[in-house]
Amino acid sequence: MKYTMEINDMKARSKNVSSYLKYGFLYILLLIYLFPFYLVFINSFKSRKEIISNPLGFISKMNLSNFVNAFKRMSYLDAFINSLIITTISVLIIALFSSMTAYFFVRYKWKINKFLFLLMVTSMLIPFQSIMIPLVRIYGATLKLLDNKWILIYMYMGFGSSLSVFVYHGFIKSIPLELEEAAMIDGCTRVQTFFRIVLPLLRSTTLTLIILNVLWIWNDFLLPSLVLISKVNRTLPLSTFYFHGTYTSDYGLLMAGLLLTIIPVIVFFLLMQKHIISGIMQGAIK
Amino acid sequence: MNTVKSFLKKAKTFLIFAGPTTFIFLSVVILPFIFGIYLSLTNWDGIASDYRFIGFSNYQTVFQDQFFWNSFLLTVKYVLYTVVFVNLVAFILAYLLTSGVKGQKFLRAVFFVPNLIGGIILGLIWHFVFSRALVFIGKKLSLGIFSYSWLANPQKAFWALVIVSVWQYSGYMMLIYIAGLVNIPKELVEAAIIDGANGGQRVRKIILPLMVPSFVVCIFLTLQRGFMVYDVNLALTDGGPFRSTELISMHVYKKAFLAQEYGIGQSQAFILFIIVAAITLTQVYFSKKWEVEM
Repeated sequence: MKYTMEINDMKARSKNVSSYLKYGFLYILLLIYLFPFYLVFINSFKSRKEIISNPLGFISKMNLSNFVNAFKRMSYLDAFINSLIITTISVLIIALFSSMTAYFFVRYKWKINKFLFLLMVTSMLIPFQSIMIPLVRIYGATLKLLDNKWILIYMYMGFGSSLSVFVYHGFIKSIPLELEEAAMIDGCTRVQTFFRIVLPLLRSTTLTLIILNVLWIWNDFLLPSLVLISKVNRTLPLSTFYFHGTYTSDYGLLMAGLLLTIIPVIVFFLLMQKHIISGIMQGAIK
Repeated sequence: MNTVKSFLKKAKTFLIFAGPTTFIFLSVVILPFIFGIYLSLTNWDGIASDYRFIGFSNYQTVFQDQFFWNSFLLTVKYVLYTVVFVNLVAFILAYLLTSGVKGQKFLRAVFFVPNLIGGIILGLIWHFVFSRALVFIGKKLSLGIFSYSWLANPQKAFWALVIVSVWQYSGYMMLIYIAGLVNIPKELVEAAIIDGANGGQRVRKIILPLMVPSFVVCIFLTLQRGFMVYDVNLALTDGGPFRSTELISMHVYKKAFLAQEYGIGQSQAFILFIIVAAITLTQVYFSKKWEVEM
């Protein structure tokens, strides 16, 4: 009896040691992960002089002048609104058109549909860098459509549709036909059937795709840097980058600018945290 | 008459449901792709409206271009290290954060945060970390390794890129591994415990084989992102010092848009496509085989 107790005791102790190690490891890693954000935060309240003398020191006084200046000089509000318009419209259009297309491809097995679906899936292998030069040539030199939000949205629709059609296609295949047949017998047209019966069933897939597309489009840099030329059209990543190029060594100002660009994303994350995490987990399983 | 009518009806349905997607997709992805192949066979400089068809001579130039191959090999090295380290860190995190640690939801969320923020912003943040904060620590504690900015030394600048990429992507891959781990049937693991399997054996014999699909997805994603990385490269090192960290995307960009050698740039871009497609297809092919065997 005593013997077994000793063994249990030993087991418990070794379990304790390993769990201390586990927590230690996780929290040290946590600190390393957060360290860059901590630096941005504290230094955004300091002057250039304070930062050079000690970039790690905590804030000595609440000085908001960096934020005011950064907000003005990077035309924060314009850039934020541009990003908001481009991202919102793009993700909604991608969701609507892609779900309709995927539904059509699943329900009508015509040769052209099979061909187009295959073409979309294969096109996901093309790196963006392989088409950016001709893309700029066609929409710039030939059609003279560049430097315009709407053409950027149009391009996001083009680049985003493949993945979305593919994901919707996978889900719609599993929807039983009977539901739609009943609606059609009741006199619904195809279009009505889609909007009344099918689209509501696609809610969670749509949410997953919207989240993935928001993270992509909101943060995208290369495509907008090629398409949007004038200052008034810049999105948030663009204006942050050019702002950095202009005030290279004014660290306090730069950190304030970075913090201002991070805040909207963190707010979005806090509001949608549950959906974002489960969306990415589901997105990967599909 | 009837066949015409039914064709028109079919065409109408097609246009309503698939018309916009098809048109936009073809005009944004497929048309530039095909036009790009043609451009790579010309001597277009980006400005002149008259350019000539010159056959494969751009490709010849690219194959003899030392800078292109340096950049390509560097990218391969970068991809290898990031794929290994991102997945290693992500898997360990996922394993620990599904073992019932206190506050595991909070920890998962924090490790994921870098993925919410674009590569440009992350690169700029780490630029400050490497060039200011770490140098300060290095000088204060007289740590030789940090006493000069990592971004000023070719080897260290490369590792800075790898570190930032691991920090950026491990949280995302962690979520995919967590999804895989959570889906492993509990009974299997419990049965193994009853049969006397220790922690290491459980990981090797049960968890790893069942996680193969998650590994396939994560390796696919890290491979693809690795080959196409541009934002972090631009914001963190801008290819420097002395073009020593210029990864392939940036190389193509500079060739076309800065050096204005569009024909050559497009040939490089097309070679990039062939390589990325070959590697991803091989990976998917072998993973499928592997999945079946396991």
